[in-house]
Amino acid sequence: MPPLITQHDLENRIQDLLAAHDPGTTSRLDFLHARFDAGLAWLHYPPGLGGLGLPRGLQPVAEKAFAAAGAPDNEPQRIGIGLGMAAPTILGFGNDEQKQRWLRPLWCGEQVWCQLFSEPGAGSDLAALATRAVRDGEDWIVNGQKVWTSMAHEARWAILVARTDPDVPKHQGLTYFVLDMTAPGVEVRPLRQLTGEAEFNEVFLTDVRVPDGQRLGAVGEGWKVAQTTLMNERVAIGGGAAPRESGMIGVLASAWREQPEVRDPALHDRLLTLWVAAEAARLTAMRLSAQLAAGQPGPEGSAAKYAFASLNQQISGLELELLGEQGLRYDDWTMRRPETVSFVGRSPGYRYLRAKGNSIEGGTSEILLNIIAERVLGLPGEIRVDKDVAWKDLPR
Amino acid sequence: MSEALLYSEPEEELSAAVADLLADRAAWASVLARTESAEPYDTGLWKTLGGGIGVAGLLVPEELGGAGASLREAAVVAEELGKAVAPVPFLGNLTATALLLAARESGNGTAALADDLLRRIAAGEQTAAVAIPFSRSPDTTYRGKVSVTPWPPREDPHEARLTGRVTSVADALPADVLLVPADGSIYVVQAADAQRTPVTTLDMTRVLCDIEFDDAPGQMLAIGYAPLAQALLSAAAVLASEQLGLAEQCLKTTVEYVKTRHQFGRAVGSYQGLKHRLAQLWVQIAQARAVARYAVSTSGDEQVIAVAVAQAHCSAVAVQAAEECVQMHGGIGFTWEHPAHLYLKRAKSASIALGSPARHRRRLAELVDLPAS
Repeated sequence: MPPLITQHDLENRIQDLLAAHDPGTTSRLDFLHARFDAGLAWLHYPPGLGGLGLPRGLQPVAEKAFAAAGAPDNEPQRIGIGLGMAAPTILGFGNDEQKQRWLRPLWCGEQVWCQLFSEPGAGSDLAALATRAVRDGEDWIVNGQKVWTSMAHEARWAILVARTDPDVPKHQGLTYFVLDMTAPGVEVRPLRQLTGEAEFNEVFLTDVRVPDGQRLGAVGEGWKVAQTTLMNERVAIGGGAAPRESGMIGVLASAWREQPEVRDPALHDRLLTLWVAAEAARLTAMRLSAQLAAGQPGPEGSAAKYAFASLNQQISGLELELLGEQGLRYDDWTMRRPETVSFVGRSPGYRYLRAKGNSIEGGTSEILLNIIAERVLGLPGEIRVDKDVAWKDLPR
Repeated sequence: MSEALLYSEPEEELSAAVADLLADRAAWASVLARTESAEPYDTGLWKTLGGGIGVAGLLVPEELGGAGASLREAAVVAEELGKAVAPVPFLGNLTATALLLAARESGNGTAALADDLLRRIAAGEQTAAVAIPFSRSPDTTYRGKVSVTPWPPREDPHEARLTGRVTSVADALPADVLLVPADGSIYVVQAADAQRTPVTTLDMTRVLCDIEFDDAPGQMLAIGYAPLAQALLSAAAVLASEQLGLAEQCLKTTVEYVKTRHQFGRAVGSYQGLKHRLAQLWVQIAQARAVARYAVSTSGDEQVIAVAVAQAHCSAVAVQAAEECVQMHGGIGFTWEHPAHLYLKRAKSASIALGSPARHRRRLAELVDLPAS
């Protein structure tokens, strides 16, 4: 048992770090390295790996103190997949060498990570995936196609789930790897979506060699490892305490206030119903973050994602309807590669179209409802006709 | 602020104490049986709750013998009472207590009279109710049909006489004291001096009554209706938690039922047609908990918005939960001997009580500057 560190000790350590590495004169990367090495990166991680083994709830203390001192951050937006999905999986299943190798440059933002999970033939049914990894000496040779990969065109590393045994039922034949995105045989192509732009990629893997040392967890344990990744994805979705009318409802409310000519009594109650729903979702996210901070993680993460998807779609739909003639126009169909997604700053048509993805990406709304029904309410699971069938014999 | 949306340890203890008592004394079969008895309110249970656990004097300051608690604790109690659709005058008594406290703080009336009543309420000696239709929302300009003689009132408050009628009053049947808004002021009238007629009520577990005042003696409590508005706002905030509790209970019993009911060789809860609706309900209830907690954790102008949001949201969620409870129980859910109807009737009535969801949305339109035209 390491000695307990109080909030006071923590604040002292932060001040010591800031004194030794003045953010005003230290380079960004040097500062982040020093912060990681002092265990002040992700506080709940173990000592030596950027943390101090503290409760997650203390993280805001550190973030506030560093922000107040004008210290650079690790641009969490840009490395979200690394922080939210790859890191907890490496921590949970990696060996010491793997943890030492990957976690520091990941947290410091030197290396971007992406996720090679979904395939054209395996969306909601991820465990049916077909990308093959075949053992060849000390390496694995990987062939297949992955899809909906954000940041693949900038990523140095990928977390990958591949099929290593097609002769057993689908969940049992999977293995989890870390793949070098610069390795020969990795081809990244933008995937243009219905908004006109390409946030995501398709990734084609042709005879890509992955050293066995880059395997996370045992051969055939890939599904179990992937569950860790996906569970952490939902924790990350929880969100924080956003102010009232932030997000899509604020845009709609402004349109109503600023353009009296578009007000329609028949739409008024719909507007207010959505305003109430948005406020309820906001307060729920706030409550969820308080629960997480108090160390009571709840299943509200799935609920929050489900609620925001439905809300965004209804609000953006009403906005177009409200605007009438303006709603007939679209700002730009040009193929672009945005780094981050923002609902504001684009036309109402963009919001309407992009919101359609909210109920598909990161688990469809239907799958989320299944998860809530089965894991929270304890209702019977879906009837699985593929449960005891070897993967190679499944209809595709 | 966000920590305030959780339950504190003392709140959880209070909730557990109330839940234990209700499990013992307000099983649904006895609640149902009582609806057809001569005594629709369970005065024995109310005595234990009010005097024993002290829920009657929750809001009363400690120097007057109460618990000096806030709406947060009251909301926790309401949540449990909602789960049991318990026939006790908690909400009506709470509304009256809030009115007395607001009158006392306004300094615009007879503080001694308010203090005296608050002491009696906290001691469990008396139960009070506000004589106002249950459907009134906190923002309404109230014009009752009770008038006061002599007018203008004399200096001595004991001299007032009240005449007129108030309909559909909640929790007044078991009350000893009525707080009556009349001619722009609020009067205290002994319930025995008024004629109370029970109404055949949609919600059989919260029976309303019509009240007739015929030259009834009243003591002036406060000048103006401002304390009334504050009391109705507090009541609406706490009602949201009652609705939350009701919705939770409906979801719980429905989930239990669909796991055991088999048709076509499968538990009916294995069909996505039901599973998804129950999951959606669970999402709605998780949201109801956040908005209901917020409504009792904030104050001032922010509370006015928070309560309108909570009422608009929780009313709808409770009704949805009760309607799904009836539907997913199928035939048995439509029978008299299954409790689902008690919840449906309470949920629909509660959604109208203290302002309908539409009314609260209209209020929000003013509060957050989203005018209709």
